[in-house]
Parts: sequence; structure tokens; C-alpha cells
Amino acid sequence: MSIDKDDVQKIAHLARLTLTEEDADKYQHSLSSVLTLVEEMQSINTDGVLPLSNPLEMTQRLREDVVTEDNQRDNFLANAPQSEAGLFLVPKVID
Amino acid sequence: MFEQNISSLAKQLRDKDISSVELTQYFLKRIADLDPQLNSYITVSEQQALQQAAAADALIQSGQGSSLAGIPIAHKDLFCTQGTLTTCGSKMLNNFIPPYESTVTSRIQQAGAVMLGKTNMDEFAMGSSNENSFYGAVKNPWNTDTVPGGSSGGSAAAIAAGLAIAATGTDTGGSIRQPASFCGITGLKPTYGRVSRFGMIAYASSLDQGGPMAKSAEDCAHLLQAMAGFDEKDSTSSETATEDYIGNLNAPLTGLKIGLPKEYFGDGLDPKIADTIMAAVKEFEALGATVKEVSLPNLKLSIPSYYVIAPSEASSNLSRFDGVRFGHRCDDPKDLLDMYMRTRAEGFGEEVQKRIMVGTYALSEGYYDAYYLKAQKIRRLIKDDFTSALSEVDVIMGPVAPTTAFNIGSKTNDPVAMYLEDIYTLSVNLAGIPAMSVPAGFVDGMPVGLQIMGNYFAEAKLLNIAHQYQQNTDWHLQSPSMAEGV
Amino acid sequence: MNWEVVIGLEIHTQLTTKSKLFSGAAVGFGAEPNTQTTLVDLGMPGALPVFNKEALRMAVMFGHAINAEIGMTSVFARKNYFYPDLPKGYQTSQMDHPIVGKGHLDITLEDGTTSRIGITRAHLEEDAGKSLHEDFQGMTGIDLNRSSTPLLEIVSEPDIRSAKEAVAYVKMIHSIVTYLGICDGNMAEGSMRCDINLSLRPKGQEEYGTRTEIKNVNSFRFIEKAIYTEIERQADTLEDGGRIIQETRLYDPEKNETRSMRSKEDANDYRYFPCPDLLPVELTQEYVDEIKSTLPELPSQKATRFQTEFQLSEYDANVLSSSRELADYFESALSITKDAKLTANWVMGELSKLLNQEQVEIQDAPVSAAAFGELLVRIKDNTINGKTAKDVFQAMWDGEGSADEIIDKKGLKQVTDTGAIESMIQGILDANTQQVEQYRAAEPDKQKKMIGFFVGQVMKASQGKANPAMVNPILAKMLKG
Repeated sequence: MSIDKDDVQKIAHLARLTLTEEDADKYQHSLSSVLTLVEEMQSINTDGVLPLSNPLEMTQRLREDVVTEDNQRDNFLANAPQSEAGLFLVPKVID
Repeated sequence: MFEQNISSLAKQLRDKDISSVELTQYFLKRIADLDPQLNSYITVSEQQALQQAAAADALIQSGQGSSLAGIPIAHKDLFCTQGTLTTCGSKMLNNFIPPYESTVTSRIQQAGAVMLGKTNMDEFAMGSSNENSFYGAVKNPWNTDTVPGGSSGGSAAAIAAGLAIAATGTDTGGSIRQPASFCGITGLKPTYGRVSRFGMIAYASSLDQGGPMAKSAEDCAHLLQAMAGFDEKDSTSSETATEDYIGNLNAPLTGLKIGLPKEYFGDGLDPKIADTIMAAVKEFEALGATVKEVSLPNLKLSIPSYYVIAPSEASSNLSRFDGVRFGHRCDDPKDLLDMYMRTRAEGFGEEVQKRIMVGTYALSEGYYDAYYLKAQKIRRLIKDDFTSALSEVDVIMGPVAPTTAFNIGSKTNDPVAMYLEDIYTLSVNLAGIPAMSVPAGFVDGMPVGLQIMGNYFAEAKLLNIAHQYQQNTDWHLQSPSMAEGV
Repeated sequence: MNWEVVIGLEIHTQLTTKSKLFSGAAVGFGAEPNTQTTLVDLGMPGALPVFNKEALRMAVMFGHAINAEIGMTSVFARKNYFYPDLPKGYQTSQMDHPIVGKGHLDITLEDGTTSRIGITRAHLEEDAGKSLHEDFQGMTGIDLNRSSTPLLEIVSEPDIRSAKEAVAYVKMIHSIVTYLGICDGNMAEGSMRCDINLSLRPKGQEEYGTRTEIKNVNSFRFIEKAIYTEIERQADTLEDGGRIIQETRLYDPEKNETRSMRSKEDANDYRYFPCPDLLPVELTQEYVDEIKSTLPELPSQKATRFQTEFQLSEYDANVLSSSRELADYFESALSITKDAKLTANWVMGELSKLLNQEQVEIQDAPVSAAAFGELLVRIKDNTINGKTAKDVFQAMWDGEGSADEIIDKKGLKQVTDTGAIESMIQGILDANTQQVEQYRAAEPDKQKKMIGFFVGQVMKASQGKANPAMVNPILAKMLKG
């Protein structure tokens, strides 16, 4: 299975990765070889097999509805690339 | 002193033959002297280590503290440590200082262990050679031209070289076992859900599992005792009670039924490794075990299944690295989209970007059923294979990797060849069962690990089997010559 | 062209849990930015979600209230997209296995027509944060307090055919969720937000037209207006030979128009897959049944009871049961007055008028239901008449005291002494001999109209205190001569 460079750019955009032409060439090659590797699955008949998402097949535990956390804003904001007035700042969002 | 085990050091600490501060200073000096050759640490937290050591000495003085009190260990740089840089081997997090502590490191800290620092790793745990680190490749102490394995390569190399008594690792597709095998140490990947994932930076959530790495099974048991157990902060954490991992080490192996899967000894396995594994199996027979052949027919499918499931989960798990709240942000973004696209392209290395794209593709509209869903169905077939084999035998044994440590740079241009390295380890993560790598000999001077796979929550059993083997062999006591070079 | 409008609604209701859907951070409106966040809500590395028990219970309650199938196994899935107010880069929601499956709701319009609206599903999901567009160094500020707040998204079938039906449906959902106590219903604070999917098709055509989605409309009035303007826009476009583009639009209440949201134009591929950090939620029949048994009386049930138990009209019963607080007020006042018709009239009349006028919610009314009931008792026992009662009610509202205190203080007690009324009437008859003669000469039909003049004079002379029920027969008798 191989994919073309347009596909690579489309995927990269969905994943929010900017790729140069050179990168796109490189990834076209490496993604194609991985996709070829995983193609092998298609030869196996899995009719009637249930997908397995969690190896232990446990069920969800429930948390009591209580507030357990204090305000740690300043500790978290200390890691922010840019912040002001208690807010994380990002380039202008236009709706 | 670096070749001593935890029990012996704990006794010396309690008997005041040595203090934890002295022991810590000794290891800090070894790191300063030897690690430039290996690059096994990303961060050495000297000051904090000495403070923790002093606290541990006080704890021991007062007659308290577990067997880990005062023991210098290291953490894979994927566990969030409050106030200490946590990079996950990535440029993306080269300035990230978590204001919170992972459950694993917090429990080990509470047990009184001293953290020497954070070990190098493949970026976001993606890799089998430790060449994918923003902080440089790690070298194998047995031969610095070769890789230590990955992704917990820094932890494995540090232990093998005597730069820590023990260390934490994580294993998503073999990342504890394969570097343990390559570096000649002992490592355990516990049952999925046995060790909390809270504060562990996720690669593939349904496969990731933290575990202990050390010279011996006994030391792994000490570390696992502190790490394991239910954590209400992790929905996938199991409420199954932990066992007495240390207390069970000496149970006799009489009547132990070992299964050898024929698929583990086929084409692609270095015959010298096959011989080494078979010699180890003979040793178990001498200890009273019986051996029979079993089959894991879908083994080969573990590669495609894993390389769909892990990248898919990763593509989503790594979306939070967006330059908004923490970590790297590109310079002068011209708008929001530009910020996302450049931040992520600059912050992630090539292998990480590749896996994000594979996962994005596999989950995208029109491909989900053919890739992700199919891979999860195959995952069930693989789990069923193990369940069926483990109904006939107590444990399954085989090699960890088809070769010994390979040369740095020898496989970087062929991604698929690198992925094939994981053939013997991936299926264990897909099934969620526990497995160990135990030093079993050398091929051409390089260590070879024996893999022991057990049933769900059979950690005590695995450690017992490995310990009994180590009582009768000395492979785990060998040290590379560079470790003696101080 | 005669168009038929086809509407489906997605209503996001914020559940009134104390803590978030997946973390122990507090939920609440109006806190300082980012002070109600944990590493889970901020999407920090290594953070893991754990599901809130109460959110589950609330969702199951809602499922019962709309007669829906309850998802005995529900699964959280990740909806992946990048947005600065979405910290993890995915929203944890439910896709293939929602907690609430197919159900339905019956709605009644003001003209009495009823229709059944199908509900496709209701699922639990986490809310996103907020982007603040005030100027911060020319940048946008991100507040993640709302991140991971629990939402129940209620998705209707495209069964709605008019703006009026849409509003009636949203009001019904509003009253159900507030009755259940699972949402505070505060639309201004965003506790209930509505996405409107709307398309037109020629009457009689089976196939749906291309639809647009109007996002985040947050009042009943705006829902109605947004629908009207979007219908007009689509009809104009189609009639001019244009095509409707499937897109997300925003309703601008100031300009009363919808406009395309360019930022969302980017065709999204959400790459849904089951969240590996959360496990399937399995319910037992016992748990589901137990929640059913604790369900409060719902608006439709209450309306039916009001009709049968109190002989109220369907309209009155629907109005009084539309909110739990209004119904509770009515019932507590009624327990004092024992007169359903009188109480209903006063709650829907004077009380509602003042609430509207003063912009006060019923739970904040300055006159308690009990005090209100006491006032109505004074009408019933003839202490005051209805007109005086209105003044007394205003005085009570203004905090001047109880009904009895005010009546006493202002001397508003009705004159009920027959002798006093007779002498008052005699005085009026004496002063208006001409009118009395005209009355006596008139036909009985006309007399009925003419008597009003004398009643008015009596009331005026008594300063409104004469009991009209007594005045009328005495007056009629004395006029006969």
C-alpha cells in the first residue's frame, strides 16, 4: 500500500504538522512502507471476532462527585509559553 | 559497591556501615565519571538526591522505612516528577517542569528511595534503540558502538554500568524487556493495570505499563512492591490485590510447566540466541520443571496490529502538545494554525511525527474499520492464543529479541527492519500479560535475555522463577568492563 | 414555492454536578479564569480521567424521563480536533454507544395542537473552555474553567416543522431537566445551548434538502428568531436559483441574521475511536430500576394531575406545571386556599405579572407561597374584594407586611354589615332620584345594564370596601322599591 504526497500533506495537516517538500518525500516513503507492513492484517478473516480495546476487559469505575482539587493555577501557568491575567495566550482566534 | 543488591545495601544502611548520603555521593560520582560515555541520564538531580538521602538516613535512624529507604535509583524521563524537568526525550518538553508527581515515582519516594535523576529514552517511548532521543543516543555499556535498546535504554544502560541500583521503565511494545536483554539486566513488564499510569506521559494508553528494571529479579521485586497496586486516579488500574513479591521468591520450581512456542524459534532468530535460550531452559529442567511445545499461531500478526493500535492512540494522546499550555512553542507564529503546525513540527522528532501520521491515517474517515477495528480484532486473537497456551502451561519462555544489540545507526534508514525487532515482545502488550527479561548468557560478548511470560497478575510467580534461575546462574552478576573503569 | 421546514435540534445541557465529568475540580460559573482546573482539565501530560458517578445518574434519570432505552453498556470515545479551548486536542464524548438511546417527547403548542418529537439519543460529553477575544497583546486568552464540565447532549430527530414547535420542544426539555434537578436551566450563563439543524424542502417531497447548522443559540427567543431568519435566507437563496451550502452558521441577535463561521469551514475528520483511558460503563438492571423509582413527578404528569385533581383547564395546567418552582408555589398556596381556580388565576395573573414586570424568578419572589395563600383566603372569606386584594398584594411585594397586617393598617376590611350597606344605598338612591325613576321605568333587560351605575356609586362611597357580593342583591331589592 502506498500513498501519494498529497495524502501525506493532508494527513500532516490533520495532525497539525508542517512539512517541507523534502519532509513530504521522506514521509511518503516511510509511511508507505509502514502501511504495507500493516496490510498483512487484511489477509486474516476476523468475521465474528469482537474488537478488544482493553486487555483486561474491565469496566469503568465511578468517582464520587466531590471536589478534591484546590486552585493550582499559578503552578500550571508557570509552564505556559505565554500568559496574562490568569489566561493562556494564543495567536488571535477568529470565529 | 555498585554491584551489590538492594537487600545487602539495605542491611548495610540499617547497620550504619554506610549512610545513604555516602551511597548517593558514590553514585553521583560514578555518573559524573562514566555517563559522558553513555548518555544514559537526561537530568541528574544532585541536590535533591542528597536531600532525599539525608532524609532517608533520618528515616532509617528512626527504625522506619522500607527496604528501598536510602537506595539510589533512577526514573525514566517519562514519569512526571514534581519540580524536576520531565522531557520524555523530546524537544517538545525541553522546558517542562511538572507541578505534580506520577503515582509510581510518588510511591517509590514514599518508600524512601533516593532519585538520582531522569534517564534518557526514545522520544515519547517510540523506538527500540534509544536513537530517537532529542538528547542524543544512549550507548550500550557492553559495547559503546551498539545501542542499549529502547525505549527504556537510559534506565537499562545506567543499571548495567552501575550508575543506579535500579530504575523504572515503561513497556508499550517491549521497551523494558528489549533494553534489559541488550544490556544484560533484569526487567519486568507487569500485567496491564498492575502499575498506575497516572503521571506517566502516555504513548499508547491501552498498552503502556510501567515496571521495574534492576540487576536481579530480587531487586525488581523490591521495586515492584513499591510501584504496584490500585490507584483511584487511573481508570484502567486494577483492584486485584498485590502479592508479596519478595516473600514468594524462594518457592521451589518443582512441577513448573514451561511452554516453548514454536513460533518463537523460527526464521529470523539468531541460532546462537536460540542455543542460549535452550541452555537456559535446560537449567529450568534441572530445577524440576517440565517443558512442552505450545503454539501462538498469530504471533506474526502482532506487528501489524501493534503498529496500527499504538500509533492510533499516540496520534490522539500527543495532540495535547500544541504549544498552548506548556512545552515548546515556535517563535513568532503568524496565526493560530501556523503556531500549531510549526510548534509540532519543530517539537517532535521524525519517528514521533511518522507514528502520529500513521495513526492519524488509520483513524481517518473511511479507513477506521480496515485499520483500527481490524487491528483490535486481531488483538483479541492474540490474547486468545495466550489464554489457550497458558491453560496448558504455567509460563511461556522464549527469546526477547531476534538478535543481540545492533550497531548504532545500522537500522535507522529502514524503519520496517527496526519494527521487526519487536516481534517477540509486542504480543505480550497486546494481550496485557506480564513478562520478564532475564540475563541468560552472551553471544559474541553481548548479553542475551530470556523472556518469561506468565498469566495475568502472575508477577510473583515470574519473579520467583527468575530468582530461582538467578540463584543457580551468574549471568545477571556480570558487569561490562567500562563499569569497572573507575 | 411552498416550503416545508425540517428542523432537528442538539441541546447541550450542563449537568449540576459539584465536580467535573472526569476530575475533582469544582464546577461553577463566573470564577476567576483557570482557577477551577486540574491537570486533567488542562490536558497536562500524564493526566488521566475518572468518570463522575453523579453525571451517570443524571443521564439515566433523563433517559427515563423521555421513555428512552438506557444504554446498558456505554462507551466514551475521543473526538479529535485542534482548538485552543480544547486542551487535550480531543473531546471525550460518546459515539456508537451513548448512555441514552431512542426516546420521545410530546409537546403542545399554544393553540392546543400536539406532536411527538423523536429523540435519537442523549450522550455524555465534556465541555470545552472559553476563548476570550478581548485584546491581550493582540492575542486571544484561554480560560479552561469550563473544560471537562459535564454536558448531556440531547439530539432530536428531524421531526420539528416550525419555529414554534422548536421553541415548545426546547421549553419542554428545559422544564424536564430542571424538574429532574440535573441542570439549572440558566440559558444566559450557557447552562443550556442549542444547535439548530435546518433545511427546507418543497411541500410533499420526501427527500431532505441540504441543511445548515446554527451553533450555540442560547435563549428561547433567539431560537425562534434564528429559525425565522434562516428559513427566510434559505427560501430566498433557493427561490433565486441558488444552492444551500452545508455549513456551520452563527446567529447574530443584534443584526438578526445568521452568518457563515469561516473558522469551522475546514472540513473536519474527527477520527472518533474508543477512549483507551476510560473503560466501558456497564449498568445493572437493578441500578437503572432504582433510579426510575426515585424520579420526581415530571411536567406532563403534573399537568395531567392538575386537570384531574383540581379540575383545571389543560391550558392552565400546562402553564402551572411548566416549571417546577411555579408548580410548587401553586401547590403550596393551594394547600392554604383550598381553591384551585382562584389560586391558579392569581398565580397566572397578578403573580406572573409582577414577576415579569420586576424580572424576578419565582424562587426569589418577595412574597412566599404561604403569604400569598393567606391573601387569597381573605378574598374567599369576604374580608377584602379582588380589587383591593391587588393593592394589598403590591404592598406585600413591597415588604409592608402580611396580608392581614396591611388590611388592618390601611383599614381595607370590607363592609359586610347589612344595615350599613342598606343605609349607604339609601343615601345614594336619595341623591339620584332621576336615575332611580328611569331604572324603575325600564325593561328588565335594560335594568341589568343600568344597575352598574348604582354599584359604581356604592363602591365609590364605600371607598371600595363594600362587599360587591352583598351590594348587588340588596341594591336590586331596594331599587324595586
